[in-house]
Amino acid sequence: MRRVLPFTLVSIAGFFMLIQYFIPREEFEWIYEWTLDWIIVIGCFAMLLGLYSLTYVSVNKVRRKTPGWGYNLIALAGLFFMLIVGFVPGQESLVRGSAFMHLFEYVYIPVQASMFSLLAFYIASAAYRAFRARTILATILLVSAIIIMLRLVPLGPLSSINQWLANFILTVPNMAAKRAFWIGVGLGATATALKIMLGIERTYMGRD
Amino acid sequence: MENERKDLYDWMMNLDRRWVYLVIGVVVVVTAIVPFRVPMYITPEVRSVYDFIESLEPGDVLMIGVDYAPEVMAELHPMNYAITRQCFKKDVRLLLCCLHQNGPGMVEQVIAQVSEEFNKVNGEDYVYLGYKPYPGITILAMGQNFRIPFPEDYYGTPLDSLPMMRNMTNFDDVKAIINISGGSGTEYWINYANGRYNAKLGIGVTGVMTSDYYPFLQSGQIFGLIGGMKGAAEYEDLAEKAGYISREKDQLSAFKSMPIQTTTHIVVILFIVLGNIGYFMSKKRK
Repeated sequence: MRRVLPFTLVSIAGFFMLIQYFIPREEFEWIYEWTLDWIIVIGCFAMLLGLYSLTYVSVNKVRRKTPGWGYNLIALAGLFFMLIVGFVPGQESLVRGSAFMHLFEYVYIPVQASMFSLLAFYIASAAYRAFRARTILATILLVSAIIIMLRLVPLGPLSSINQWLANFILTVPNMAAKRAFWIGVGLGATATALKIMLGIERTYMGRD
Repeated sequence: MENERKDLYDWMMNLDRRWVYLVIGVVVVVTAIVPFRVPMYITPEVRSVYDFIESLEPGDVLMIGVDYAPEVMAELHPMNYAITRQCFKKDVRLLLCCLHQNGPGMVEQVIAQVSEEFNKVNGEDYVYLGYKPYPGITILAMGQNFRIPFPEDYYGTPLDSLPMMRNMTNFDDVKAIINISGGSGTEYWINYANGRYNAKLGIGVTGVMTSDYYPFLQSGQIFGLIGGMKGAAEYEDLAEKAGYISREKDQLSAFKSMPIQTTTHIVVILFIVLGNIGYFMSKKRK
């Protein structure tokens, strides 16, 4: 029963969502909207589960003083501090000027933006080390990367030639490779969905 | 002499990364202090987004899906500001939503500032639906009715009591959707909003994401593409020339950042060339 019930639910829901797409009838539309409501409700519970999981893992690490437990403590403090500030009674927390939005604007935004800005330095260093014309393929990659980077640089009369080359790289070889990739992903996703609906793939239940 | 040359090639190939960091840091700071104007080449994919919004009539509704977090705001915030200003200047109404957990603050920042500049009223000139998790499901639900995922707006007002939303049900009632995204959210908009509900879709994405979306541009699934800071600067340039935004009054951050991005790219290219010269010379000697 523990295996049959989830499999049946998944199968019915999967086949229904597949079939309703091709049958534009009002009854199907109604069930479809009802299903979407359900998915949102289930999604909210999943968020609660995530909150519980993060707290559980972090508290355990802090209690056991595992290496790096200080970071878990900071994560917990940040999590609950933002939650408490967000729920302070008598004030709108989501409007500009509230304590919650002040924390978002003056703590969260600068911290996250600074972290991401560091990437520029790492990318510069990585590009210097990695882009060596060791083989034909590496040379093609190197030349393409330089053309795309030069797209941003004013080169006077050479700019229009470089723009043309950059557009060619983006819209011909890049697009061909991306299309192949996306078609592969699409076919893979369809095959996996069918395997799940037919009960061939059951690892989502936590066991084979 | 022979040994000195060998040392020079080794140095060119194996420069300590701290030198790379230092040079990049100096270039960024100096260019920020002494800016210069970068000539702008307007790409067709940016122009098509601009031209589409330009073709809208006062009272039309444009939807903007804001799916990015502060880490990419340097690239995406400027295009969000420019589009919002262009729309409000043309009296185009905006329907905003957010499908990224760190995005609600981004929308709030833009809409609070720009609506004040143009004296636009919440509920009449714009509606901010707020944030819902699970982008795929939320987009599918909005395609049926905005009220399924968003019975209330971001500020807790029921949608039916907002004048702008009275005759609006789903994507059929918006002229187009512009998705500004720093992650995989764009794929959901393409697959579901365009694929399933046939909504007209334009996108604004980060520089590294840009190449991923050219196939969708050629296939017609998206009608325009604003790519990274350069795309945002192109958009600011178009909007500035039309008088929708002003360089003095508005913070045209993408336009201002272009010199920094340009010089940094040149320096990175020079480092790559330096490394390759060292590599080839040392190989030649062997």
